[in-house]
Amino acid sequence: MASCNCGHQNDDEKQKEFGDLLAKYKGVKGALIPVLQEAQEIFGYLPAETMKQISQSQGIPFSKTFGVATFYSQFHLKPRGRNIIRMCQGTACHVRGAAKVFDAVSTNLGVAKNETTEDRRYTLETVACLGACGLAPVMMVNSDTHGRLSPDSAVKMVKNYE
Amino acid sequence: MSYVSLTINGIKITVPKGTTVLDAAGQAGVFIPTFCHDPEIARFGACRMCVVEIPGMRNLPASCVTDATEGMEVNTESPAVVEARKTILELILANHPQDCLTCEKNGDCRLQDYAFRYGVKESGFTGERKEYPLDDSNPYIIRDANKCILCGRCVRTCNAIPERSVIDFGYRGFNTKIVTAMDTPLGESECVYCGRCVTVCPVGALTWKPLAGKGRVWEIDRQEVTCTFCDSGCTFEVLSKNGTNIGVIPKAPGHGRPLCLKGRLGLELKFLDHPPDPQLKKDGAFVGVSWGEALGLEDILSKLDKDK
Amino acid sequence: MQTLLDKCCDKCTHEPKNPCRDFIKCRKEGPICHDDESCRQKRKDIINGIHLPEGTDKKNILICAGTGCTSSGSRKLVDVLKEELQKHNLQDKVKITMTGCHGFCEQGPLMIVEPDKTFYVRVQDSDVPEIVEQNLIAGQVVERLLYKDLATGESCKTYETVPFYARQQRLVLHNCGHINPEEVAEYIANDGYTGFARALLNMTPEEVVDEVKKSGLRGRGGAGFPTGMKWGFVRQAEGDKKYAVCNADEGDPGAFMDRSVLEGDPHAVLEGMMICGYAVGADEGYIYVRAEYPLAIERLKIAIAQAEQYGILGDNILGSGFNFHLKIKAGAGAFVCGEETALLTSIEGNRGMPRVRPPFPAQSGLWGKPTNLNNVETYANVPHILRQGGDWYATLGTEKSKGTKIFALTGKVNNTGLVEVPMGMSLRDIIFTIGGGIQDGKKYKAVQIGGPSGGCIPEENLDLPVDYDSLTAAGAMMGSGGLVVMDETTCMVDVARFFLTFTQSESCGKCTPCREGTKRMLEILTRICDGEGRMEDIDTLERLGRVVKNTALCGLGQTCPNPILSTLRYFKNEYLAHIQDKRCPAGVCPNLLTYVIDPEKCKGCGKCAKGCPAGAITGEKKQPHTIDTTKCIKCGACILGCKFEAIYKA
Repeated sequence: MASCNCGHQNDDEKQKEFGDLLAKYKGVKGALIPVLQEAQEIFGYLPAETMKQISQSQGIPFSKTFGVATFYSQFHLKPRGRNIIRMCQGTACHVRGAAKVFDAVSTNLGVAKNETTEDRRYTLETVACLGACGLAPVMMVNSDTHGRLSPDSAVKMVKNYE
Repeated sequence: MSYVSLTINGIKITVPKGTTVLDAAGQAGVFIPTFCHDPEIARFGACRMCVVEIPGMRNLPASCVTDATEGMEVNTESPAVVEARKTILELILANHPQDCLTCEKNGDCRLQDYAFRYGVKESGFTGERKEYPLDDSNPYIIRDANKCILCGRCVRTCNAIPERSVIDFGYRGFNTKIVTAMDTPLGESECVYCGRCVTVCPVGALTWKPLAGKGRVWEIDRQEVTCTFCDSGCTFEVLSKNGTNIGVIPKAPGHGRPLCLKGRLGLELKFLDHPPDPQLKKDGAFVGVSWGEALGLEDILSKLDKDK
Repeated sequence: MQTLLDKCCDKCTHEPKNPCRDFIKCRKEGPICHDDESCRQKRKDIINGIHLPEGTDKKNILICAGTGCTSSGSRKLVDVLKEELQKHNLQDKVKITMTGCHGFCEQGPLMIVEPDKTFYVRVQDSDVPEIVEQNLIAGQVVERLLYKDLATGESCKTYETVPFYARQQRLVLHNCGHINPEEVAEYIANDGYTGFARALLNMTPEEVVDEVKKSGLRGRGGAGFPTGMKWGFVRQAEGDKKYAVCNADEGDPGAFMDRSVLEGDPHAVLEGMMICGYAVGADEGYIYVRAEYPLAIERLKIAIAQAEQYGILGDNILGSGFNFHLKIKAGAGAFVCGEETALLTSIEGNRGMPRVRPPFPAQSGLWGKPTNLNNVETYANVPHILRQGGDWYATLGTEKSKGTKIFALTGKVNNTGLVEVPMGMSLRDIIFTIGGGIQDGKKYKAVQIGGPSGGCIPEENLDLPVDYDSLTAAGAMMGSGGLVVMDETTCMVDVARFFLTFTQSESCGKCTPCREGTKRMLEILTRICDGEGRMEDIDTLERLGRVVKNTALCGLGQTCPNPILSTLRYFKNEYLAHIQDKRCPAGVCPNLLTYVIDPEKCKGCGKCAKGCPAGAITGEKKQPHTIDTTKCIKCGACILGCKFEAIYKA
């Protein structure tokens, strides 16, 4: 399954993959969330047209699909950066200075929470708890977890991601 | 059928098993305030206005979703209940415009009624309020999301017709909002303006655009009429002020059928001395159309014209 | 390579379509259906490869591949180790096993050398050659990589002597860190699926429910409802179709026990669910895992595929006629989906908004069918109950809280990690004996237990035995078992605000008290932390807390005021200090602090003045500097930079 949103895949391939996805879940009970998840993997976010097609294919009102997509924090209705930084805001991270780490990265990249840098290189997000509390403060960049961060080391780490 | 006996505020009452505490109270003549409850649509239990105190039960259960059981003792106005209702009203008011003087719903608003009942003059809470633009993107319904208390009655009544379902809950938590697909104004949605949602809205979030500024609730007389444009038998109300009919609004759908715009427009033509020009959406914008087109009678009318 | 579960020879006929009743027993003790010494030996050899027998010259190196150790670099460690073993031609004598979480994440990456139980901590790539040459070849322990007891300073040679492990009783975590979670044969070599086989082949469903009832097991996810009783309700509920659902949407900040079980011993959860399915009459199960746990999802997928491959999961399991199918549902980022009705609503493909109860899921759950819902840890307890009996299980723990409980010990404590202890152990033992006390010798202030639904336990209640009822009585709750330790430098108002920030942003928005109430409570707490609190705020917080608790629709809403109510109960003076004196006693709330330079300690080096982003520090060279409080933005850069510890917050 292709899961990249780096632009290497052309639009035709994406549309074909999306078509296969719709076919795979046609008539499957309660499949809206997995379909949205997998569609987001293909396109990197959920364009309006995509959600409309999903609604039609699943026989679900478009308003409901939109309601579901905006309920869960994992779904994104706007394009995002190539690298997703998710800073942990869990209890352990909080008491070990996560706020300062967040501020340092945010200042360095020039974006606030849930914003994407102009060059689409980074999207900065927060996450409630990554469950890696022993390593607090923690962040995830894409699927890599980085722990025992300081404001400086976090900024340096982020720069490793093109 | 089996029955259960319970006491509500000391009043003994026997009701069929499966009756909710709210309905049992109604039968005992005890009033319990509600926002989200609607006997016609699926239970929801969200506004928490109807909470009551029942010894032996954890917390204060919502009476609209609690079944009456044998020997139950219900107190609908205990100090804890009153404190909870007052606080909930304050919480709603903290996030609701206080422009009752000019609100179309003034005098026909549950929030007003309950604030009066519990003596809630103002909210003690200050802080962030929602600030959404007014949606008057169509000729029929005005949506003011700032006045919405998220009881969900409009959503549930709209979703009762699967092929309509043009609105739903969107976003989450404090940002929850009733939305169309992609959160567009109603005028850009697939809405057919049957108006069921306006009829069930307990506050001023959904109002009739053709009636805006035409009169106060207490000045208006209502007459129930049954639509005869098809055989479903939906009911409407003809509103009149000082003996002049000023508007027609839907009351209840006929059995198994939705209300429709065509029926309501037809009744406007029938009952109003000066019915507003009908408008239909064409290529994404509302345009004025002839009555013949609005009511789908063009063929017949053209034949009648020929006969002349 | 032939594993324990593959056919030993053509005489073995077991396959999913033609299952053998004794499959599980046969693999460990068999063959049962035919007598063949070479087949017997084959199995022994495989089991001996998993559990090294005494006196062997072979070694098994366990490397933690849990999320914590992976992010500390344990995967790279494996590559380096493989290379090094090749170099010394040791690859046949030394096996490398990637395991799940050992629990002592703080000290990761962790490495254990079996059968000696040698326990290495914070192992880096560069340490590997030394481990191979000194330990594996020369037989000498690498002293400098051993864990050192904080109290005595002595090195601990084996993991059993590390104080962090010594007082634990690892029942559910028994396999975590000791087997390869991606290999079902290792689970079976460790008695895996014997509980399920016993239930399925030797007991009626009712007897299984009774066994669980007898054990006294209570739900590990929150409120502690008796598991056997819940199973009984689902068993009795009428319906042709029933479901068993596992709540793996572990979302409490500071809790990661379910993640570790899923990553380290996924088959234990599968076995628990299958036993449940048989007991309640469900033929289909769902595991709802939060999307933030990709490794757990991956391991579960592997576990399900392997169980299906060998006919442990599927149709006509072990020839019993019992069918059971499992599916994984990945969450999409909503804490509220940890609430049982919201979780079911989410599996059905909707917004995860809780539904009113009754009807309870046991009567009308997933798609309106009777559904049993337990969390990961609860299910993972069940195989032990079926293996060793409910009576045995009931000997663990206290009178009303049986068994063990896993806690995620974090915060300002020396040893952070996962600990599993018998119910009833005191908080003091957990925090000071297992946890090694407070970091940097600071003073204990409180422990927050039960996450956003829980409360704080102050010093005077430290000897409280940890069980469901005593915690509830103290204004906290077991919750999922997060234990966040706070010291004198933790501000309790800030802690309450932290949890409310969390619950406010995770409120689903369905019911009025939670949607609007959490917003206002958070605003008031923020105001107090900013030094703008008013005296009436305390009463308002208490009233709001009481009303939200009394009237919110779901369990999460009802418990979200707990962090406020419990800090108000035990630390009201801190609230008063913020409101009346405009002072934060712990020195946390930035608006209430001023930064001061101690003229006695300041050497006038000028580093702070250079580093100050606001230009608030001035002074002559080699003379004590001063901070202009009107310009100071309280960023703390000066404190971090000062070598003489001359700057402090007051």
